[in-house]
Amino acid sequence: MTILVVTGGLQTTVQDLGRPMHQHQGIPGSGAMDRMAMRVGNILVGNDLGAATLEATLIGPALTFREDAVVALTGADLEASVGATSIPAWHPVLLPAGATLRFGRALRGCRTYIAVAGGIDVPVVFSSRSTYLRAEFGGLDGRALRAGDLLPLGAPSPLSRRIAASLRGTADADTAIVARWSAGISMRAAYSEDVVVRVIRGAHTDLLDKTSLDAFVGSRFRVSASSDRMGYRLDGEKLSLRATTELLSEGVAFGTVQLPPGGSPIVLMADRQTTGGYPRIGEVARVDLGLVAQLKPGDHLRFRFISLEDAQELYLGCEHDLRQAALAIPFHLPRSTV
Amino acid sequence: MHFAALGDSAVIITLGDSIDDGTHRLVRAASKRIRDDPPPGFIDIVPAFVSIVVHYDPLTAAQQHKYSGRPYEQVVNFLRDRLIDLDVSDLDAPRTVEIPVCYGGDLGPDLDDVARLHGLTADEVIRLHTGAEYLVYMIGFMPGFAYLGGLPEQIATPRRKTPRTAVPAGTVGIGGQQTGVYPLVSPGGWNLIGRTPAKIFDIARDEPTLVATGDRVRFRAVSRAEFDEAVA
Repeated sequence: MTILVVTGGLQTTVQDLGRPMHQHQGIPGSGAMDRMAMRVGNILVGNDLGAATLEATLIGPALTFREDAVVALTGADLEASVGATSIPAWHPVLLPAGATLRFGRALRGCRTYIAVAGGIDVPVVFSSRSTYLRAEFGGLDGRALRAGDLLPLGAPSPLSRRIAASLRGTADADTAIVARWSAGISMRAAYSEDVVVRVIRGAHTDLLDKTSLDAFVGSRFRVSASSDRMGYRLDGEKLSLRATTELLSEGVAFGTVQLPPGGSPIVLMADRQTTGGYPRIGEVARVDLGLVAQLKPGDHLRFRFISLEDAQELYLGCEHDLRQAALAIPFHLPRSTV
Repeated sequence: MHFAALGDSAVIITLGDSIDDGTHRLVRAASKRIRDDPPPGFIDIVPAFVSIVVHYDPLTAAQQHKYSGRPYEQVVNFLRDRLIDLDVSDLDAPRTVEIPVCYGGDLGPDLDDVARLHGLTADEVIRLHTGAEYLVYMIGFMPGFAYLGGLPEQIATPRRKTPRTAVPAGTVGIGGQQTGVYPLVSPGGWNLIGRTPAKIFDIARDEPTLVATGDRVRFRAVSRAEFDEAVA
Protein backbone atom coordinates (compact mmCIF):
# COMPACT_ATOMS: atom_id res chain seq x y z
CA MET A 1 0.00 0.00 0.00
CA THR A 2 1.44 3.34 -1.02
CA ILE A 3 0.49 6.97 -1.34
CA LEU A 4 1.46 8.86 -4.48
CA VAL A 5 2.65 12.40 -3.87
CA VAL A 6 1.12 14.64 -6.56
CA THR A 7 2.60 17.82 -5.13
CA GLY A 8 4.76 18.10 -2.04
CA GLY A 9 3.41 21.32 -0.57
CA LEU A 10 5.60 23.93 1.08
CA GLN A 11 7.39 21.58 3.46
CA THR A 12 5.83 18.22 4.17
CA THR A 13 7.97 15.79 6.16
CA VAL A 14 7.57 12.42 7.82
CA GLN A 15 7.61 12.83 11.61
CA ASP A 16 7.07 10.53 14.57
CA LEU A 17 7.73 11.21 18.26
CA GLY A 18 11.39 11.91 17.68
CA ARG A 19 14.82 10.39 17.91
CA PRO A 20 15.77 9.17 21.38
CA MET A 21 19.23 8.17 22.64
CA HIS A 22 21.37 9.93 20.04
CA GLN A 23 21.74 13.44 21.40
CA HIS A 24 25.17 12.62 22.82
CA GLN A 25 26.25 12.29 19.17
CA GLY A 26 24.90 15.74 18.38
CA ILE A 27 21.86 14.23 16.64
CA PRO A 28 18.75 16.31 17.42
CA GLY A 29 15.60 14.92 18.98
CA SER A 30 13.46 16.01 15.96
CA GLY A 31 9.93 14.58 15.68
CA ALA A 32 6.54 16.24 15.30
CA MET A 33 6.39 19.90 16.34
CA ASP A 34 2.83 19.61 17.75
CA ARG A 35 2.87 16.24 19.47
CA MET A 36 -0.60 16.45 20.93
CA ALA A 37 -2.17 16.98 17.50
CA MET A 38 0.05 14.33 15.93
CA ARG A 39 -0.85 11.73 18.54
CA VAL A 40 -4.58 12.52 18.41
CA GLY A 41 -4.36 11.86 14.67
CA ASN A 42 -2.84 8.46 15.32
CA ILE A 43 -5.52 7.64 17.88
CA LEU A 44 -8.31 8.53 15.43
CA VAL A 45 -7.03 6.09 12.80
CA GLY A 46 -6.27 3.27 15.24
CA ASN A 47 -2.46 3.60 15.19
CA ASP A 48 0.00 3.48 18.05
CA LEU A 49 0.64 6.97 19.45
CA GLY A 50 4.13 7.00 17.96
CA ALA A 51 3.32 5.91 14.38
CA ALA A 52 4.95 8.10 11.73
CA THR A 53 2.70 10.80 10.27
CA LEU A 54 3.09 13.56 7.71
CA GLU A 55 3.63 17.08 8.99
CA ALA A 56 2.45 19.61 6.38
CA THR A 57 3.40 23.27 6.74
CA LEU A 58 1.10 26.14 5.65
CA ILE A 59 0.67 24.84 2.09
CA GLY A 60 -0.34 21.20 2.18
CA PRO A 61 0.59 18.51 -0.33
CA ALA A 62 -1.70 16.70 -2.79
CA LEU A 63 -1.76 12.96 -2.08
CA THR A 64 -3.39 10.18 -4.07
CA PHE A 65 -4.33 7.06 -2.11
CA ARG A 66 -3.96 3.90 -4.19
CA GLU A 67 -6.31 1.87 -1.97
CA ASP A 68 -8.99 2.64 0.60
CA ALA A 69 -7.39 4.30 3.59
CA VAL A 70 -8.46 5.66 6.95
CA VAL A 71 -6.86 9.04 7.57
CA ALA A 72 -7.23 11.83 10.10
CA LEU A 73 -6.14 15.44 9.84
CA THR A 74 -5.23 17.20 13.07
CA GLY A 75 -3.54 20.43 14.04
CA ALA A 76 -3.79 23.37 11.65
CA ASP A 77 -6.80 23.86 9.38
CA LEU A 78 -5.30 24.00 5.88
CA GLU A 79 -8.65 23.68 4.10
CA ALA A 80 -8.49 20.01 3.17
CA SER A 81 -10.74 18.47 0.54
CA VAL A 82 -11.26 15.43 -1.62
CA GLY A 83 -13.03 16.40 -4.83
CA ALA A 84 -15.95 18.61 -3.83
CA THR A 85 -16.06 17.25 -0.26
CA SER A 86 -14.30 19.29 2.37
CA ILE A 87 -12.57 17.19 5.00
CA PRO A 88 -12.93 18.41 8.58
CA ALA A 89 -10.02 18.14 10.97
CA TRP A 90 -10.11 15.88 14.07
CA HIS A 91 -12.35 13.20 12.44
CA PRO A 92 -11.45 9.79 11.07
CA VAL A 93 -12.15 9.75 7.34
CA LEU A 94 -12.33 6.82 4.94
CA LEU A 95 -10.83 7.75 1.59
CA PRO A 96 -11.78 5.49 -1.35
CA ALA A 97 -9.08 4.08 -3.63
CA GLY A 98 -7.97 6.71 -6.10
CA ALA A 99 -9.00 9.67 -3.95
CA THR A 100 -6.71 12.69 -3.99
CA LEU A 101 -6.46 14.68 -0.77
CA ARG A 102 -5.77 18.35 -1.45
CA PHE A 103 -5.29 21.43 0.66
CA GLY A 104 -6.15 25.10 0.18
CA ARG A 105 -5.46 28.13 2.33
CA ALA A 106 -4.02 28.12 5.82
CA LEU A 107 -7.16 29.09 7.75
CA ARG A 108 -5.82 28.45 11.24
CA GLY A 109 -2.48 27.30 12.60
CA CYS A 110 0.67 26.36 10.74
CA ARG A 111 1.11 22.57 10.75
CA THR A 112 -1.36 19.85 9.83
CA TYR A 113 -0.72 16.22 10.72
CA ILE A 114 -1.88 13.63 8.25
CA ALA A 115 -2.20 10.34 10.11
CA VAL A 116 -2.86 7.28 7.97
CA ALA A 117 -3.88 3.87 9.30
CA GLY A 118 -0.75 1.72 9.44
CA GLY A 119 1.56 4.72 9.67
CA ILE A 120 4.09 5.96 7.12
CA ASP A 121 6.51 3.05 6.80
CA VAL A 122 9.80 4.69 5.85
CA PRO A 123 13.02 3.11 7.19
CA VAL A 124 13.97 3.72 10.81
CA VAL A 125 17.17 5.77 11.04
CA PHE A 126 18.71 6.03 14.53
CA SER A 127 15.58 4.77 16.28
CA SER A 128 13.15 7.07 14.47
CA ARG A 129 11.36 7.68 11.18
CA SER A 130 11.49 11.45 11.67
CA THR A 131 12.99 13.58 8.91
CA TYR A 132 15.95 15.74 9.88
CA LEU A 133 16.29 18.09 6.94
CA ARG A 134 19.54 19.77 7.92
CA ALA A 135 21.62 16.57 7.88
CA GLU A 136 19.37 14.96 5.25
CA PHE A 137 18.42 11.74 7.00
CA GLY A 138 15.28 10.06 8.28
CA GLY A 139 11.85 10.26 6.68
CA LEU A 140 11.86 9.92 2.91
CA ASP A 141 15.54 10.18 1.91
CA GLY A 142 16.05 12.90 4.51
CA ARG A 143 14.05 15.49 2.61
CA ALA A 144 10.60 17.03 2.25
CA LEU A 145 8.07 15.33 -0.04
CA ARG A 146 8.01 16.21 -3.71
CA ALA A 147 5.93 15.30 -6.73
CA GLY A 148 6.30 11.70 -7.82
CA ASP A 149 7.31 10.31 -4.42
CA LEU A 150 5.74 7.07 -3.30
CA LEU A 151 5.12 6.75 0.43
CA PRO A 152 4.94 3.22 1.82
CA LEU A 153 2.33 2.51 4.49
CA GLY A 154 2.48 -0.04 7.27
CA ALA A 155 -0.17 -2.72 7.82
CA PRO A 156 -3.28 -1.31 9.50
CA SER A 157 -3.91 -2.59 13.04
CA PRO A 158 -7.04 -4.64 13.84
CA LEU A 159 -8.51 -1.47 15.37
CA SER A 160 -7.77 0.49 12.17
CA ARG A 161 -9.55 -2.17 10.18
CA ARG A 162 -12.56 -1.95 12.48
CA ILE A 163 -12.66 1.83 12.04
CA ALA A 164 -12.49 1.38 8.27
CA ALA A 165 -15.29 -1.22 8.33
CA SER A 166 -17.50 1.01 10.47
CA LEU A 167 -17.07 3.88 8.02
CA ARG A 168 -17.52 1.79 4.92
CA GLY A 169 -20.89 0.58 6.22
CA THR A 170 -23.00 -0.98 3.52
CA ALA A 171 -22.64 1.60 0.79
CA ASP A 172 -19.82 1.12 -1.69
CA ALA A 173 -18.90 4.74 -1.54
CA ASP A 174 -16.67 6.39 -4.08
CA THR A 175 -16.37 9.53 -2.06
CA ALA A 176 -14.76 10.36 1.26
CA ILE A 177 -16.77 9.24 4.30
CA VAL A 178 -16.33 11.35 7.43
CA ALA A 179 -16.97 9.67 10.78
CA ARG A 180 -19.78 11.08 12.90
CA TRP A 181 -17.49 10.99 15.93
CA SER A 182 -14.33 12.99 16.45
CA ALA A 183 -11.64 13.95 18.94
CA GLY A 184 -13.11 15.63 22.03
CA ILE A 185 -12.77 19.35 22.49
CA SER A 186 -10.20 18.84 25.28
CA MET A 187 -7.93 17.18 22.72
CA ARG A 188 -7.94 20.22 20.45
CA ALA A 189 -5.61 23.00 21.51
CA ALA A 190 -6.87 26.58 21.25
CA TYR A 191 -4.69 27.58 18.31
CA SER A 192 -4.65 31.28 17.66
CA GLU A 193 -2.53 33.96 16.05
CA ASP A 194 -2.03 35.53 19.46
CA VAL A 195 -1.40 33.05 22.24
CA VAL A 196 -0.32 33.04 25.87
CA VAL A 197 2.49 30.56 26.40
CA ARG A 198 3.41 29.39 29.86
CA VAL A 199 7.11 29.26 30.73
CA ILE A 200 8.96 27.80 33.66
CA ARG A 201 11.80 29.95 34.97
CA GLY A 202 15.09 29.12 33.30
CA ALA A 203 18.61 28.91 34.69
CA HIS A 204 19.27 32.57 33.81
CA THR A 205 15.86 34.20 34.25
CA ASP A 206 17.15 35.94 37.37
CA LEU A 207 19.93 37.55 35.34
CA LEU A 208 17.42 39.62 33.32
CA ASP A 209 17.38 43.25 34.39
CA LYS A 210 14.12 44.53 35.89
CA THR A 211 12.85 46.15 32.67
CA SER A 212 13.69 43.04 30.65
CA LEU A 213 12.03 40.70 33.11
CA ASP A 214 8.86 42.80 32.93
CA ALA A 215 9.06 42.83 29.13
CA PHE A 216 9.67 39.08 28.95
CA VAL A 217 6.43 38.21 30.71
CA GLY A 218 4.52 41.42 30.02
CA SER A 219 5.01 42.35 26.38
CA ARG A 220 3.93 40.81 23.12
CA PHE A 221 6.46 39.15 20.81
CA ARG A 222 6.11 38.64 17.10
CA VAL A 223 7.26 35.43 15.39
CA SER A 224 10.01 36.38 12.97
CA ALA A 225 10.16 35.19 9.37
CA SER A 226 13.35 33.26 10.09
CA SER A 227 11.52 30.73 12.29
CA ASP A 228 11.51 27.07 11.44
CA ARG A 229 11.54 23.57 12.91
CA MET A 230 14.81 24.41 14.67
CA GLY A 231 13.62 27.48 16.51
CA TYR A 232 11.24 30.41 16.67
CA ARG A 233 12.92 33.81 16.67
CA LEU A 234 10.90 36.46 18.43
CA ASP A 235 10.84 40.16 17.60
CA GLY A 236 9.73 42.64 20.20
CA GLU A 237 11.25 44.50 23.11
CA LYS A 238 14.96 43.75 23.30
CA LEU A 239 15.87 41.94 26.51
CA SER A 240 19.14 42.32 28.33
CA LEU A 241 20.92 40.79 31.30
CA ARG A 242 22.08 42.65 34.42
CA ALA A 243 25.54 41.23 34.00
CA THR A 244 27.23 39.58 31.08
CA THR A 245 27.98 36.02 31.82
CA GLU A 246 30.31 33.56 30.14
CA LEU A 247 28.44 30.31 29.61
CA LEU A 248 29.73 26.95 28.52
CA SER A 249 27.74 25.01 25.95
CA GLU A 250 25.41 22.49 27.51
CA GLY A 251 22.25 20.54 26.82
CA VAL A 252 19.05 22.37 25.92
CA ALA A 253 15.44 21.19 25.60
CA PHE A 254 12.42 21.42 23.29
CA GLY A 255 10.99 24.74 24.48
CA THR A 256 14.15 26.31 25.93
CA VAL A 257 13.98 30.09 25.49
CA GLN A 258 17.49 31.31 24.70
CA LEU A 259 18.62 34.90 24.77
CA PRO A 260 21.39 35.58 22.22
CA PRO A 261 23.42 38.82 22.49
CA GLY A 262 21.09 40.73 20.15
CA GLY A 263 18.36 40.63 22.84
CA SER A 264 15.70 38.83 20.75
CA PRO A 265 14.70 35.53 22.35
CA ILE A 266 14.61 32.23 20.46
CA VAL A 267 12.33 29.34 21.42
CA LEU A 268 14.11 26.10 20.57
CA MET A 269 11.88 23.63 18.77
CA ALA A 270 11.95 19.99 17.57
CA ASP A 271 15.05 20.19 15.33
CA ARG A 272 17.03 22.27 17.85
CA GLN A 273 20.73 21.68 18.31
CA THR A 274 21.41 19.30 21.17
CA THR A 275 23.48 21.90 23.06
CA GLY A 276 23.61 25.66 23.28
CA GLY A 277 25.68 28.35 24.92
CA TYR A 278 23.26 31.27 25.25
CA PRO A 279 21.53 32.24 28.50
CA ARG A 280 18.29 30.30 29.09
CA ILE A 281 15.65 32.73 30.29
CA GLY A 282 12.72 30.33 30.26
CA GLU A 283 11.49 26.86 29.41
CA VAL A 284 8.13 26.55 27.66
CA ALA A 285 5.77 24.19 29.49
CA ARG A 286 5.43 21.02 27.45
CA VAL A 287 1.63 21.36 27.29
CA ASP A 288 2.02 24.68 25.43
CA LEU A 289 4.61 23.61 22.86
CA GLY A 290 1.85 22.79 20.37
CA LEU A 291 0.52 26.34 20.62
CA VAL A 292 3.97 27.65 19.70
CA ALA A 293 4.41 25.08 16.92
CA GLN A 294 1.18 26.29 15.32
CA LEU A 295 2.29 29.95 15.15
CA LYS A 296 3.22 31.32 11.73
CA PRO A 297 5.70 34.10 11.03
CA GLY A 298 3.91 37.34 11.92
CA ASP A 299 1.80 35.75 14.66
CA HIS A 300 2.15 36.86 18.27
CA LEU A 301 2.75 35.37 21.66
CA ARG A 302 3.04 36.46 25.25
CA PHE A 303 4.79 34.56 28.01
CA ARG A 304 3.43 33.94 31.47
CA PHE A 305 5.30 32.20 34.27
CA ILE A 306 4.16 28.84 35.55
CA SER A 307 5.76 26.77 38.31
CA LEU A 308 7.50 23.51 37.49
CA GLU A 309 4.98 21.70 39.70
CA ASP A 310 1.97 23.15 37.88
CA ALA A 311 3.51 22.48 34.47
CA GLN A 312 4.09 18.83 35.31
CA GLU A 313 0.62 18.52 36.82
CA LEU A 314 -0.96 19.92 33.64
CA TYR A 315 1.16 17.61 31.52
CA LEU A 316 0.10 14.56 33.51
CA GLY A 317 -3.54 15.61 33.11
CA CYS A 318 -3.21 16.00 29.33
CA GLU A 319 -1.42 12.68 28.96
CA HIS A 320 -4.10 10.99 31.03
CA ASP A 321 -6.85 12.50 28.84
CA LEU A 322 -5.04 11.44 25.69
CA ARG A 323 -4.81 7.83 26.84
CA GLN A 324 -8.44 7.85 27.91
CA ALA A 325 -9.37 9.07 24.44
CA ALA A 326 -7.42 6.21 22.89
CA LEU A 327 -9.16 3.68 25.13
CA ALA A 328 -12.56 5.10 24.19
CA ILE A 329 -12.16 4.58 20.42
CA PRO A 330 -13.69 1.08 20.30
CA PHE A 331 -16.84 2.44 21.96
CA HIS A 332 -17.43 4.72 18.96
CA LEU A 333 -17.64 1.70 16.69
CA PRO A 334 -20.81 -0.30 16.05
CA ARG A 335 -20.84 -3.61 17.84
CA SER A 336 -21.57 -5.51 14.63
CA THR A 337 -18.06 -4.79 13.41
CA VAL A 338 -16.43 -6.48 16.41
CA MET B 1 27.00 18.10 42.29
CA HIS B 2 24.01 20.31 41.62
CA PHE B 3 20.61 19.35 40.20
CA ALA B 4 18.21 21.77 38.51
CA ALA B 5 15.15 21.50 36.32
CA LEU B 6 15.56 22.22 32.61
CA GLY B 7 11.87 22.76 31.96
CA ASP B 8 9.30 20.12 32.91
CA SER B 9 10.93 17.21 31.09
CA ALA B 10 14.66 17.43 31.75
CA VAL B 11 17.16 17.69 34.59
CA ILE B 12 20.55 19.34 34.35
CA ILE B 13 23.29 17.98 36.60
CA THR B 14 26.25 20.31 37.08
CA LEU B 15 29.52 18.68 38.10
CA GLY B 16 32.02 21.54 37.89
CA ASP B 17 32.51 25.08 36.68
CA SER B 18 35.43 25.02 34.27
CA ILE B 19 36.65 23.07 31.27
CA ASP B 20 39.23 20.72 32.75
CA ASP B 21 40.12 17.07 32.72
CA GLY B 22 38.88 16.41 36.25
CA THR B 23 35.39 17.73 35.56
CA HIS B 24 35.40 15.92 32.23
CA ARG B 25 36.11 12.61 33.96
CA LEU B 26 33.25 13.23 36.40
CA VAL B 27 30.92 13.94 33.48
CA ARG B 28 31.97 10.72 31.77
CA ALA B 29 31.68 8.61 34.90
CA ALA B 30 28.25 10.03 35.74
CA SER B 31 27.03 9.57 32.15
CA LYS B 32 28.07 5.93 32.23
CA ARG B 33 26.27 5.37 35.53
CA ILE B 34 23.08 6.96 34.19
CA ARG B 35 23.18 4.98 30.95
CA ASP B 36 23.76 1.72 32.82
CA ASP B 37 20.93 2.37 35.28
CA PRO B 38 18.64 5.06 33.89
CA PRO B 39 15.94 6.83 35.88
CA PRO B 40 12.24 6.12 35.26
CA GLY B 41 10.99 7.77 32.07
CA PHE B 42 14.53 8.12 30.71
CA ILE B 43 14.60 9.43 27.14
CA ASP B 44 18.08 10.76 26.42
CA ILE B 45 21.31 12.03 27.94
CA VAL B 46 23.48 14.91 26.76
CA PRO B 47 26.91 15.19 28.39
CA ALA B 48 28.68 18.54 28.00
CA PHE B 49 31.77 20.34 29.36
CA VAL B 50 30.65 20.58 32.99
CA SER B 51 27.10 19.25 33.00
CA ILE B 52 24.79 16.49 31.90
CA VAL B 53 21.21 16.93 30.73
CA VAL B 54 18.87 14.00 31.29
CA HIS B 55 15.65 14.17 29.27
CA TYR B 56 12.73 12.24 30.75
CA ASP B 57 9.01 11.72 30.36
CA PRO B 58 7.22 13.04 33.47
CA LEU B 59 4.33 10.61 32.96
CA THR B 60 6.51 7.53 33.30
CA ALA B 61 8.45 9.14 36.13
CA ALA B 62 5.16 9.81 37.95
CA GLN B 63 4.21 6.17 37.74
CA GLN B 64 7.05 5.02 39.92
CA HIS B 65 6.66 5.44 43.64
CA LYS B 66 10.00 4.71 45.21
CA TYR B 67 10.49 8.35 46.11
CA SER B 68 7.89 10.81 47.23
CA GLY B 69 7.05 13.92 45.28
CA ARG B 70 6.50 15.06 41.74
CA PRO B 71 8.07 13.56 38.62
CA TYR B 72 11.00 15.97 38.88
CA GLU B 73 11.76 14.90 42.46
CA GLN B 74 11.41 11.24 41.50
CA VAL B 75 14.06 11.63 38.82
CA VAL B 76 16.40 13.81 40.88
CA ASN B 77 16.24 11.54 43.91
CA PHE B 78 16.90 8.53 41.73
CA LEU B 79 19.90 10.23 40.10
CA ARG B 80 21.25 11.49 43.43
CA ASP B 81 21.20 7.93 44.79
CA ARG B 82 23.02 6.58 41.76
CA LEU B 83 25.68 9.28 41.62
CA ILE B 84 26.46 9.51 45.32
CA ASP B 85 29.68 7.50 45.20
CA LEU B 86 30.84 8.46 41.75
CA ASP B 87 34.11 6.77 40.87
CA VAL B 88 36.25 8.15 38.06
CA SER B 89 38.86 5.40 38.32
CA ASP B 90 36.89 2.76 36.42
CA LEU B 91 36.47 4.74 33.19
CA ASP B 92 37.31 2.93 29.98
CA ALA B 93 40.76 3.78 28.62
CA PRO B 94 40.36 6.54 26.01
CA ARG B 95 40.55 5.66 22.33
CA THR B 96 42.88 7.65 20.13
CA VAL B 97 41.41 8.59 16.76
CA GLU B 98 43.69 9.85 14.00
CA ILE B 99 42.16 12.28 11.53
CA PRO B 100 44.01 12.82 8.23
CA VAL B 101 44.03 16.45 7.07
CA CYS B 102 45.15 18.09 3.87
CA TYR B 103 46.27 21.54 5.06
CA GLY B 104 46.21 24.81 3.12
CA GLY B 105 45.42 25.56 -0.50
CA ASP B 106 41.78 25.77 -1.49
CA LEU B 107 40.94 23.20 1.20
CA GLY B 108 42.34 25.45 3.94
CA PRO B 109 42.10 28.99 2.59
CA ASP B 110 42.87 30.70 5.93
CA LEU B 111 46.06 28.79 6.74
CA ASP B 112 48.32 31.60 5.51
CA ASP B 113 46.33 34.23 7.44
CA VAL B 114 46.67 32.20 10.64
CA ALA B 115 50.42 31.81 10.07
CA ARG B 116 50.90 35.52 9.32
CA LEU B 117 48.95 36.58 12.42
CA HIS B 118 51.27 34.58 14.66
CA GLY B 119 54.49 35.32 12.76
CA LEU B 120 54.81 31.67 11.79
CA THR B 121 55.19 29.84 8.50
CA ALA B 122 52.32 27.68 7.25
CA ASP B 123 54.44 24.60 7.91
CA GLU B 124 54.95 25.66 11.51
CA VAL B 125 51.20 26.02 12.00
CA ILE B 126 50.71 22.53 10.56
CA ARG B 127 53.45 21.15 12.80
CA LEU B 128 51.85 22.67 15.89
CA HIS B 129 48.34 21.55 14.89
CA THR B 130 49.43 17.96 14.19
CA GLY B 131 51.80 17.85 17.16
CA ALA B 132 49.15 18.20 19.83
CA GLU B 133 46.84 15.59 21.30
CA TYR B 134 43.26 16.79 21.70
CA LEU B 135 40.56 15.67 24.09
CA VAL B 136 36.94 15.37 22.93
CA TYR B 137 35.17 17.21 25.73
CA MET B 138 31.74 16.94 24.22
CA ILE B 139 29.74 16.44 21.03
CA GLY B 140 27.12 19.03 20.21
CA PHE B 141 26.12 21.91 17.97
CA MET B 142 25.50 19.57 15.02
CA PRO B 143 25.65 15.81 14.42
CA GLY B 144 29.18 14.58 15.17
CA PHE B 145 30.68 17.98 15.98
CA ALA B 146 33.42 17.46 18.59
CA TYR B 147 34.48 20.22 20.97
CA LEU B 148 38.22 19.61 21.25
CA GLY B 149 40.49 20.83 23.99
CA GLY B 150 44.26 21.10 23.66
CA LEU B 151 44.88 23.60 20.87
CA PRO B 152 48.43 25.00 21.26
CA GLU B 153 48.26 28.58 22.52
CA GLN B 154 50.61 29.74 19.70
CA ILE B 155 47.96 29.12 17.03
CA ALA B 156 44.79 30.18 18.89
CA THR B 157 43.14 32.60 16.46
CA PRO B 158 40.06 34.81 16.83
CA ARG B 159 37.03 33.96 14.70
CA ARG B 160 36.74 35.74 11.38
CA LYS B 161 34.80 39.01 11.35
CA THR B 162 32.47 37.83 8.61
CA PRO B 163 31.33 34.21 8.88
CA ARG B 164 31.17 32.17 5.69
CA THR B 165 27.71 31.09 4.63
CA ALA B 166 28.72 27.55 3.64
CA VAL B 167 31.77 25.72 4.96
CA PRO B 168 32.18 22.30 3.30
CA ALA B 169 31.85 19.11 5.35
CA GLY B 170 35.21 17.89 6.68
CA THR B 171 36.74 21.35 6.92
CA VAL B 172 39.16 21.81 9.83
CA GLY B 173 39.09 25.16 11.53
CA ILE B 174 40.43 27.21 14.40
CA GLY B 175 38.09 29.53 16.32
CA GLY B 176 39.55 31.21 19.40
CA GLN B 177 41.00 28.55 21.72
CA GLN B 178 39.20 25.80 19.88
CA THR B 179 39.82 23.64 16.87
CA GLY B 180 37.46 21.20 15.23
CA VAL B 181 36.06 19.65 12.09
CA TYR B 182 32.75 20.64 10.48
CA PRO B 183 30.85 17.33 10.04
CA LEU B 184 28.28 18.81 7.62
CA VAL B 185 28.07 21.77 5.31
CA SER B 186 27.29 24.68 7.57
CA PRO B 187 27.78 28.42 8.02
CA GLY B 188 30.94 29.05 10.00
CA GLY B 189 33.13 31.79 11.42
CA TRP B 190 36.26 29.78 12.13
CA ASN B 191 39.57 30.11 10.28
CA LEU B 192 39.70 27.24 7.80
CA ILE B 193 43.11 25.58 7.71
CA GLY B 194 42.49 22.28 5.94
CA ARG B 195 40.06 19.51 5.19
CA THR B 196 39.81 15.83 6.09
CA PRO B 197 38.73 13.15 3.62
CA ALA B 198 37.38 11.17 6.59
CA LYS B 199 33.63 11.19 7.14
CA ILE B 200 33.15 12.78 10.54
CA PHE B 201 29.44 11.97 10.47
CA ASP B 202 28.08 9.12 8.35
CA ILE B 203 24.62 7.68 8.79
CA ALA B 204 25.69 4.52 6.97
CA ARG B 205 27.96 3.53 9.89
CA ASP B 206 26.71 1.74 13.00
CA GLU B 207 28.54 4.38 14.99
CA PRO B 208 27.69 7.45 12.92
CA THR B 209 30.16 9.78 14.58
CA LEU B 210 33.89 9.31 14.02
CA VAL B 211 34.75 10.41 17.54
CA ALA B 212 32.96 10.18 20.89
CA THR B 213 33.16 12.13 24.12
CA GLY B 214 36.33 11.15 25.96
CA ASP B 215 38.30 10.14 22.86
CA ARG B 216 41.75 11.55 22.14
CA VAL B 217 42.26 12.99 18.68
CA ARG B 218 45.42 13.56 16.64
CA PHE B 219 45.58 15.21 13.25
CA ARG B 220 47.94 13.83 10.59
CA ALA B 221 48.98 15.89 7.57
CA VAL B 222 48.34 14.25 4.21
CA SER B 223 49.15 15.41 0.69
CA ARG B 224 46.59 16.65 -1.77
CA ALA B 225 47.12 13.42 -3.76
CA GLU B 226 46.31 11.31 -0.68
CA PHE B 227 43.26 13.49 0.01
CA ASP B 228 41.97 13.15 -3.54
CA GLU B 229 42.53 9.42 -3.49
CA ALA B 230 40.68 9.04 -0.18
CA VAL B 231 37.60 10.95 -1.32
CA ALA B 232 37.52 9.35 -4.79
